[in-house]
Amino acid sequence: MHVDSGDTAWVLVSAALVLFMTPGLALFYGGMIRSKNVLAMFIANFATIAIVSILWAVVAYSLAFGPDAGGHGLIGTFRFAGLGHAHQEVPGYSLTVPPLAFAAFQMMFAVITAALLTGTVAERTKFGAFLVFAALWTIVVYAPIAHWIFSPTGWLAHKGVLDYAGGNVVEIDSGASALAIAMVVGRRRGWPREVIAPHSLPITVVGAGILWFGWFGFNAGSALTAGEGASQALIGTQLAACAGLLGWCAVEKWRTGHATTLGAASGAVAGLVAITPCAGFVNSMAAIVIGLAGGVIAVYAVSMKFKGGYDDALDVVGVHGAAGFVGTLLLGVFASRNVIPGIRYDGLVDGGGLHLLGVQALAVVVTIGWAFSMTWLVATAVQRTIGLRADDAHEIEGLDTALHAEAAYDFGNVRAARMGGPGG
Amino acid sequence: MFIHLAAVSPAVAHPNSGDTAWVLASAALVLLMTPGLAFFYGGMVRGKNVLGMLMQNYVAIGVVSVMWVLVVYSLAFGNSGFGGFAGNLHQFGLFHINEPVAGNSALTIPPLAFMAFQLMFAIITPALITGSTADRFKFSAYVIFIALWVTLVYGPIAHWVFSPTGWLFKQGAEDFAGGTVVHANAGAAGVAMAILLGRRTGWPKTAMKPHNVPYVLLGAGLLWFGWFGFNAGSALAANNLAGYAFVNTNTATAAALLGWIIVEKLRDGHATTLGAASGAVAGLVAITPAAGFISPVGSIFLGLIAGSICCLCTTLKFKLGLDDALDVGAVHLVGGVLGALLIGFFGTHAVNSLAQNGVFYGGGGHLLWLQAKDVGATVGYSFVATMIIGLALKHTIGIKMSDEQQLIGMDESLHAESAYDFNALTAGSIGSSSLHSSISMAHRTEVKA
Amino acid sequence: MKLVTAIIKPFKLDDVKSALETYGIHGLTVSEVQGFGRQKGHTEVYRGAEYQVDFVPKIRIEVVVDDGDADGVLGVIVKAASTGQIGDGKVWVTPVDEIVRVRTGERGADAL
Repeated sequence: MHVDSGDTAWVLVSAALVLFMTPGLALFYGGMIRSKNVLAMFIANFATIAIVSILWAVVAYSLAFGPDAGGHGLIGTFRFAGLGHAHQEVPGYSLTVPPLAFAAFQMMFAVITAALLTGTVAERTKFGAFLVFAALWTIVVYAPIAHWIFSPTGWLAHKGVLDYAGGNVVEIDSGASALAIAMVVGRRRGWPREVIAPHSLPITVVGAGILWFGWFGFNAGSALTAGEGASQALIGTQLAACAGLLGWCAVEKWRTGHATTLGAASGAVAGLVAITPCAGFVNSMAAIVIGLAGGVIAVYAVSMKFKGGYDDALDVVGVHGAAGFVGTLLLGVFASRNVIPGIRYDGLVDGGGLHLLGVQALAVVVTIGWAFSMTWLVATAVQRTIGLRADDAHEIEGLDTALHAEAAYDFGNVRAARMGGPGG
Repeated sequence: MFIHLAAVSPAVAHPNSGDTAWVLASAALVLLMTPGLAFFYGGMVRGKNVLGMLMQNYVAIGVVSVMWVLVVYSLAFGNSGFGGFAGNLHQFGLFHINEPVAGNSALTIPPLAFMAFQLMFAIITPALITGSTADRFKFSAYVIFIALWVTLVYGPIAHWVFSPTGWLFKQGAEDFAGGTVVHANAGAAGVAMAILLGRRTGWPKTAMKPHNVPYVLLGAGLLWFGWFGFNAGSALAANNLAGYAFVNTNTATAAALLGWIIVEKLRDGHATTLGAASGAVAGLVAITPAAGFISPVGSIFLGLIAGSICCLCTTLKFKLGLDDALDVGAVHLVGGVLGALLIGFFGTHAVNSLAQNGVFYGGGGHLLWLQAKDVGATVGYSFVATMIIGLALKHTIGIKMSDEQQLIGMDESLHAESAYDFNALTAGSIGSSSLHSSISMAHRTEVKA
Repeated sequence: MKLVTAIIKPFKLDDVKSALETYGIHGLTVSEVQGFGRQKGHTEVYRGAEYQVDFVPKIRIEVVVDDGDADGVLGVIVKAASTGQIGDGKVWVTPVDEIVRVRTGERGADAL
């Protein structure tokens, strides 16, 4: 194995960028909920980083990227458990970076995928129970799907399914899981009758900025080398985010008369989601079309929850599920061997016929099926045993003071407090 | 920081572009940690002091950057001079900067990139002290303090441990990215300054709760992100060792976060957000010296130990009656010392071919003894030297804000600003500009009086 | 005319507002306030240091009504704001000497 310092530098930087996306997500989501629950959102995200990172190092990395068990492409073995055998080649890859750098980079993907689910169960979920859920979910849902698609030894990868940076593995996966867990946890009190408005849009916009920034690591880092592929993925990522932002705002303006800040932030994220599976596989003009499609379709998809009656609080289904779905299928249209010679099939536009679209559709169906049903099982099991849903009284009071004995803000002087405890 | 002792190639004729890209990116990441720290601390103080806190951190970037290129870089990384106390002044004003770094001819990056990377460490170290001195350090005295401190305390200690010509480095003490040089050092200095400054007006009777916990978490996120540059960048090359440092940084932080909130849950009945952020930082601190010397599984244990012990140490200040406002002692001093000592147990030759085995890997107590010496020297020197600088300032220009200034808050009394304006009366939602300006005029008069 | 002032739990505001609308009240003023009664405050913990927060957030509703409506409005609010738990709040009625609608200059009951 030849280790290239430039590639390694890029993958390490990218891993840091992707880790940074989860605090960004906490801000993005934290601003969108009511001020009585913002800390519960933060701690859920930060603790998810913690629990998934450790689980990844101990076992999940090996399940996803370890040598295939039995050669069916279904799951990895425990060969890399505890990040052991760190100098051995990752099966199916011919990496020019140390396997540990690759493991670290992939770790951050597992982290943010689980963290995305905090958005759907916002404002009504018990902290400890969510962590238990996130741990089980990473093993039962994330690791197998990552093995099938990301690992070249996975059965879907064998069929020619393409997923540059996780349109299936991260986005559709979290979207379908979000729908299942939202159904298990149930609606927030008062939803949808009461207005549940964002308490701090500037925080949300800071979060969107961090996500956008970090997404360059997510997509362009997925090239795993610092070369042409990464360059194409980076420019595609930028263009799709911009197109998504404009698409969402345009539809909003047309439908409601106002382009909103929250819409701009959401549109950028939708564009980023849509380009995720495609980033290094399509040319720059196709990236604009894909980002635009992601932004436009997500605006409509987020209102489905009112018709469906499921309280996907911060639109994980509508943004990640729907835009991920759009991007994954459009890859069957726009993928091009002119952009990346190594892929097996061209998309429709380049005359590759329906084959790629077909396997992409198969991957979508399989991902949705597995993620939805397994998440439903895991969430139900947690709900029936230790209980996932917070008590009514805690939900009314707000999770910050009820569960964590903290308040997010103290700007006033009337909210008098005395020192108790160790201070005397 | 880890340096390839074995190689003997001459000056860096052909820097490796990948290594250089990584160190430059890491330098930028480490710079971002100081604004991150500003938010981490800024959210924890009361709303009337948040700008004072942000200001101290940002001004540290200004003061230290200038001092560094002028003189401190040479004191830290010049060839040993002053009887081994610090580097000589050969690189004064970055003169001779294109010569190989003393004792470090195997570097594959331009010395200027190395200098920039190390600058960011020198910036954040005095900035860490602002946590213990929060809400009461006079701004002018603070600026002079950090200029003196970075020269007289940081420069020499960095030389002893980081420079291959330093006496602790030569003995074999291991500090990958600054557990002693940065964290134990800043922690000891923080405690010294908290002693000299005395308590904040009203502490501990008056409630001094964090005013904006989301800022704390924003800061923690920035720190976590930047810390990859701090630790993995300290490999000074984009290679397998950097990969180890990167993974260890993340897993130790993760474990410390969990360790801290588990202790909280058992002790207080609640896992708190502030605790999660604090635990993460404690883990980052503790893994700093060890990042390139231990295995990923070892880093999980190290993180758990650091997170839980640092959490338990936060209550010490109440028992001691010492107003270490934002727990620089409990997090950075304790975390840095723990990390440095735990290398003596978890250090393994398998991760880093030039490192020694610790107690758990059959290396016996030798490494632990070296680490203890390193800790003793840095903490002892930092505490005493900081005391001397602090006392000199206290008896000349004074270091503490008056009770009245503290009650008004740093933002208004020191900087004539206020952080937030959500009030319709003053935020311009009301049409009359005369009302607005008359209010602000009255306000100013009041502050002056 | 009477001024009916109610201090209630924040999450009961919607219920009280719709109950008052059903009763026929066309306008009211709401403010966020803080205070304590028998409910007392709660405890917050920051890095192991406990803080006793004395003042609990509440909503104050003010509505001016005709003398004859005061009892009815008071009953409506009490019914809608009640959870049976400690900290449900208080409602009180005070006399009002005069009231003027700024736009038209109407006075007394016409201004309501």
